Amino acid sequence: MSETNQRLTRAAAASTTQPGLLYEGSEWSFDQLKRVYDEIEKIGVGEMGLDIYPNQIEVITSEQMLDAYASIGMPNMYRHWSFGKHFAREEGLYRKGARALAYELVINSNPCINYIMEENSTTMQALVLAHAAMGHNHFFKNNYLFKQWTDATSILDYLTFAKEYVTECEDAYGVDTVEAVLDSAHALMSHGISRHPVKRQSRVALREKEQRRREYEEQTYNEIWRTVPRSQLGIDTGDNLTPDLKRERLQLGLPQENILYFLEKHAPKLEPWKRELIRIVRMLAQYFYPQRQTKVMNEGCATFVHYEIMNRLYEKGLISEGAMLEFMHSHSSVVFQPRFEDKFYSGMNPYALGYAMMRDIKRICEEPTEEDRRWFPEFAGNNDPLATLKDAWANYRDDSFILQYLSPKLIRDFRLFELNDRSDSPFVQVAAIHDESGYKRVRRTLAAQYDTSLRDADIQVITADLSGGRRLTLAHKVRNDVLLDKDTCDRTLLHVAHLWGYRVKLVEIAENGDTLKEHEALPIP
Amino acid sequence: MHIVDRRRNPKSKSLGNRQRFLRRAKNEIREAVRDSLKKRRISEIDGGENVKIRSKSLREPSFSLGQGSGKRDFVLPGNREFKQGDVIRKPEQGGGGKGSKGSADGTGEDDFVFSLSRDEFLDIFFEDLALPNLVKARLKDLKTPEYVRAGLTTDGPPAKLNRLRTMRNSLARRIALRRPSMREIDEAAAALAAAEAATPRNEALVTELKARHARLLYQRKVVAYIDPLDLQYNRTEKRPKPRTQAVMFCLMDVSASMTQDLKDLAKRFFMLLHLFLTRHYKEVQVVFIRHTTEAQEVDEDTFFKATETGGTVISSALVEMQRIVAERFAPEDWNIYAAQASDGHNFDDDMDTCMTMLKDDILPVCQYYAYIETYSDNAISPFLSVVWSGYEDLAGSQNHFAMARVANPADIYPVFRELFSADASSRDGRSA
Repeated sequence: MSETNQRLTRAAAASTTQPGLLYEGSEWSFDQLKRVYDEIEKIGVGEMGLDIYPNQIEVITSEQMLDAYASIGMPNMYRHWSFGKHFAREEGLYRKGARALAYELVINSNPCINYIMEENSTTMQALVLAHAAMGHNHFFKNNYLFKQWTDATSILDYLTFAKEYVTECEDAYGVDTVEAVLDSAHALMSHGISRHPVKRQSRVALREKEQRRREYEEQTYNEIWRTVPRSQLGIDTGDNLTPDLKRERLQLGLPQENILYFLEKHAPKLEPWKRELIRIVRMLAQYFYPQRQTKVMNEGCATFVHYEIMNRLYEKGLISEGAMLEFMHSHSSVVFQPRFEDKFYSGMNPYALGYAMMRDIKRICEEPTEEDRRWFPEFAGNNDPLATLKDAWANYRDDSFILQYLSPKLIRDFRLFELNDRSDSPFVQVAAIHDESGYKRVRRTLAAQYDTSLRDADIQVITADLSGGRRLTLAHKVRNDVLLDKDTCDRTLLHVAHLWGYRVKLVEIAENGDTLKEHEALPIP
Repeated sequence: MHIVDRRRNPKSKSLGNRQRFLRRAKNEIREAVRDSLKKRRISEIDGGENVKIRSKSLREPSFSLGQGSGKRDFVLPGNREFKQGDVIRKPEQGGGGKGSKGSADGTGEDDFVFSLSRDEFLDIFFEDLALPNLVKARLKDLKTPEYVRAGLTTDGPPAKLNRLRTMRNSLARRIALRRPSMREIDEAAAALAAAEAATPRNEALVTELKARHARLLYQRKVVAYIDPLDLQYNRTEKRPKPRTQAVMFCLMDVSASMTQDLKDLAKRFFMLLHLFLTRHYKEVQVVFIRHTTEAQEVDEDTFFKATETGGTVISSALVEMQRIVAERFAPEDWNIYAAQASDGHNFDDDMDTCMTMLKDDILPVCQYYAYIETYSDNAISPFLSVVWSGYEDLAGSQNHFAMARVANPADIYPVFRELFSADASSRDGRSA
């Protein structure tokens, strides 16, 4: 804060001959909003060189904001009771005053839709526009994950389609049936993502390949090989599967980590419309996947951008000192990180961490210390913070960003430390703290905390036994001996069984191949 | 860039979601709603209700890693005193410990609190209850006529004269028929006088002016200020009007044998009845009559709190009720409901009076009369009480008389449902 204060006084001195404020007081009007946006765009796009989708700004009421909240931030979401539940919860908290509403909500779409609340003061609207319409917007358009996974131009159309489709299904098959399918699909949402995009091959190409392979096998067929035990041939016997099962594995593309995809394509008893519903949920899961992986970066980027823009507005004499103080107040509460013992502590605050890291990168670019030069030789002192940041915004996600850019200074500033918890021990051990010997370890562990592939349980479909009893088997590859939570696992398995239509088994397999635990579920008729 | 104002968009877009949610949690909500009734006053039904439910059927499970097993490493901010290698004892109770990461899906599985609107609350509460068929039938018949305005008519009693419309017609007619005003006549008279007084008299002019003056006077006489044609009367029509007000009489025995527990039981029942009536009537008044050997009308607090001593004469309360009905609640205007609670004691020789009064005076004016006998669990007598055995005949012969026995709060709601269930056949079957 001391730095910002200096900046404030410095700017105040420079702006005694101000050309005229953009606005005064806290009441906003559409005219003002337009003027404020234009100035912000001048700074964001003109001076900082941000690359954004065209913006669409929509003014909404607090109730509409609650609404948007409840349907995972998307306008035009299909109807489902869980959104009603979230609405009721959020509304309760909001009415009690336990939680304030977000000032804005931004949709990764083209044009980029920014919802802003009518209750915001003009300063807050400016802050929100700088934050969402510039910061988030730039991030959405440029980060590789969003580019790779989401199609900003079609998401709104897809949602409209989804909503209409769900409504049609409800009319045709009854609300309860549709709800049951959606419930089950929602339960598997976190396992409805293809983390590794499949290379698409045309069917013709596949057939040709198959043909060539068969020809090759026929040409090279030699009776004598049949007498050699298969295991000695070094062929993966697929855990001693019968040839039938092996063929099935190939046909079904097993093992498959995208459980929803597998069910959509191969569940034996599903009607086509149910498959389409699963597909809708799967598409949404996929759409949100990048957001889950870039929380720190996305918020950090937006917070950094709004901070820069608001300061520039002030330096240019476009906003008053009062407005600046109001901005500072809300900015500093957004980037507050409580200590781990604090009653307000609920994990690392992505705004705080992201913003601090980006300010830190700027500092390293402009005024590096000896230590920084040692740790970040690639960009320390290059005096081009914006280019360095834009590169980071474009090419990293949370875990890789932290692994690459978290500096010793920040580890000290946040006083980060690492704890090791073993379930069989009554103690936790402090493995590393913010000192020379601990920086790297702390940084690695913190980065791993943001790695979604480590955070989510690694569960795959391994056999389906379509020609036999049709029992679906899932395998959980246990890491670090962390088993699934039994209660939720059993419940979720019921949902899998509901969609699959037959018995479902889940095996938890240790790293050394031992089976640690088994769960089973039958579909409820 | 453009700015769109969405504030005028239709509100409660989430209504569909909310309805689905309520439907989903129906059973839990129903229980919670019943529980919440225990805390309310009889007439306290304004506003919604904060409902706390166990989110059993609201869980949205997903595969998540358990908290209690394995190795996990995590980074926390804000170290003060720890050094590398320090060992900290985990807090008791599970392995969650320092890693207060919250539950996996971010939604705790604990109680879920939210508020229902008043309508939602009552809807759930009286889901499948209805006024008993019989009472409904009577409701249809018993309508007080009401006079409503129904346009205008050209004749009627003077009291119904619509002055505005009449005057408007008169004005229009006067303008159309050129009725001269007094000013015009005065001017004509003045002009005539001037012409007559002028020294070289212009006889022709005088004649003309005279004729004009006479014509004006004639016109004024012929075209009346108000003609019978102008008259407009308000027309009223007799229209049957369903009664929308109800009065509920709470009669209770407050003699010493009624303990506070028994009174609480009765209170619950009265409360249900009141809630139920407010569902059906615009306005519901409550009259509390307590009695020992004498009856008096009291307020709610006195009714439920104070204890009197003495014997029990139920007919005293019936007399009091009859008096109040006669004074304040004309049966043509009011739907009268009565609920009587007692522990079943009465002076033996009073029963006959009671029965006669009920049969001849009270029941004919009541829409419904419910008798609730409270008894404490540990004092079940093998014999039916005096009142019960007396009333049993009545219940057989009178359809809008119902009776039930309750021992503990849990009984109240079922009993109430039985008395008012939408499917009246079960009730009729029982009382037949």
